Amino acid sequence: MAHLELDNISAAYGKLRVLDGIDISVGSGETVGLIGPSGSGKSTILRVLTGLLKPEAGQVRVGGEPINFDKPAEIRRLRDRAAIVFQQYNLFQNLTVLENVMIAPTKVRGRKPRDVRPEAEHLLAKVGLADKINSYPDQLSGGQQQRVAIARGLCLKPEILLLDEVTAALDPELVSEVLDTIRGLAEDGMTMLIVSHEMGFIREISARVAFMADGKVVELGSPAQIFDAPEKERTRDFVGKILRH
Amino acid sequence: MSELADLLTYYNVIFLLKGMATTFALSALGCILGGLFGTALAVARLTTGPLTLPLRALALVFTEFFRRVPFLVTLMLCFFIFQFSGLDVSTFTVGCVTVVLIGTAFLAEIVRAGLQSVHPNQWHAAETMNFTLLQTIRYVVLPQAWTVILPPAFGFFILFIKDSALASQIGVIELTYVGKVFNNRGFSAGVSFGVILVAYFMLSYPLSRLGAKLEKKLGSSRTR
Repeated sequence: MAHLELDNISAAYGKLRVLDGIDISVGSGETVGLIGPSGSGKSTILRVLTGLLKPEAGQVRVGGEPINFDKPAEIRRLRDRAAIVFQQYNLFQNLTVLENVMIAPTKVRGRKPRDVRPEAEHLLAKVGLADKINSYPDQLSGGQQQRVAIARGLCLKPEILLLDEVTAALDPELVSEVLDTIRGLAEDGMTMLIVSHEMGFIREISARVAFMADGKVVELGSPAQIFDAPEKERTRDFVGKILRH
Repeated sequence: MSELADLLTYYNVIFLLKGMATTFALSALGCILGGLFGTALAVARLTTGPLTLPLRALALVFTEFFRRVPFLVTLMLCFFIFQFSGLDVSTFTVGCVTVVLIGTAFLAEIVRAGLQSVHPNQWHAAETMNFTLLQTIRYVVLPQAWTVILPPAFGFFILFIKDSALASQIGVIELTYVGKVFNNRGFSAGVSFGVILVAYFMLSYPLSRLGAKLEKKLGSSRTR
């Protein structure tokens, strides 16, 4: 059974239709990459999966359970199970690194700080930031901030991790440190849906890749199929342009 | 100089201090209760969904109405409403109700603007981690909004101390009223209101210093 399923999902910003009948499923422990041109709806899928945008039609299922987006309790349950890491990190600027990682488990989930702290420190060590726990976000590089954001997501013990172009805002030399962290998560068996423009990385890490354009999944297949032998003209066009650069 | 010495008799000084205390009480009530109610209105305006629509509408109408009506008009309105209602309240109570109404409206707008100055991505991050609206404001947004809220809020507080002088129009014995009484007792306007001017300064200067200190302290929490 798929861990995460999007079944015929459509969504819009006002009158602008941005998702048009999306079908994607992610197996337990599987990593699925979403690629496509800007404005194709990749990030919007993640907004739907975190309850920031209500779908107009279709169904999202987590572990086989359908999510009713009209019920706030079900959206909260969805957010408990799926954590997102944003392109712009979105760390809380008024809190230290450690506080950023600890605040949701302690204040929202009501866990004791003395139980959460060792976990937070362990996660920060895992992403290579053990020496930065008392720093503020604006004292860190983009790559470091993005790794804090990943640790913050993981401290919520999600079943599914959603990554939204997590390297897009980084300098090229900082990209590898974030990608190494994600690679480690994939090896640990985390279920992940990754939106990225890092084609080499997507190809390497994803079990399957979905190519999106104009709010639709144009083609979904293995990385080898999508990058080496795409069936659809639109996919060939996109991949061809990317590989030329 | 001798006129000033004549004015500063024991009873006149007591009268002056009472006027200062009244001005301080009116201003403090307007600022503290206005700040609390204003924050509640600002938060109400940030709610979403159909269930809280009446609350949002009420907060918007209240804020926009009382920010647009002059202080004196609101004061008279409260005065006559209390008079018609038959409630036997002191002019000081009427003054208090007025300053709280005005303070709430202005501070609601200052707090709302401050909260909304925090980047939407901070709100979204909190929302996706299941923070409630109040948790988001308390732990994430307000600490980052102080730098935007405090300067206009303290500017308003100081303006408010001066505006409370209008309460003298309905007979509240506050500082300006005390000045008029001194003048009516035969002291020159220069000396009477010179003393009042110093008293207003003594009330407002510590407040502006407190504002500057708080800005420095709370503003140092990191914002981007």
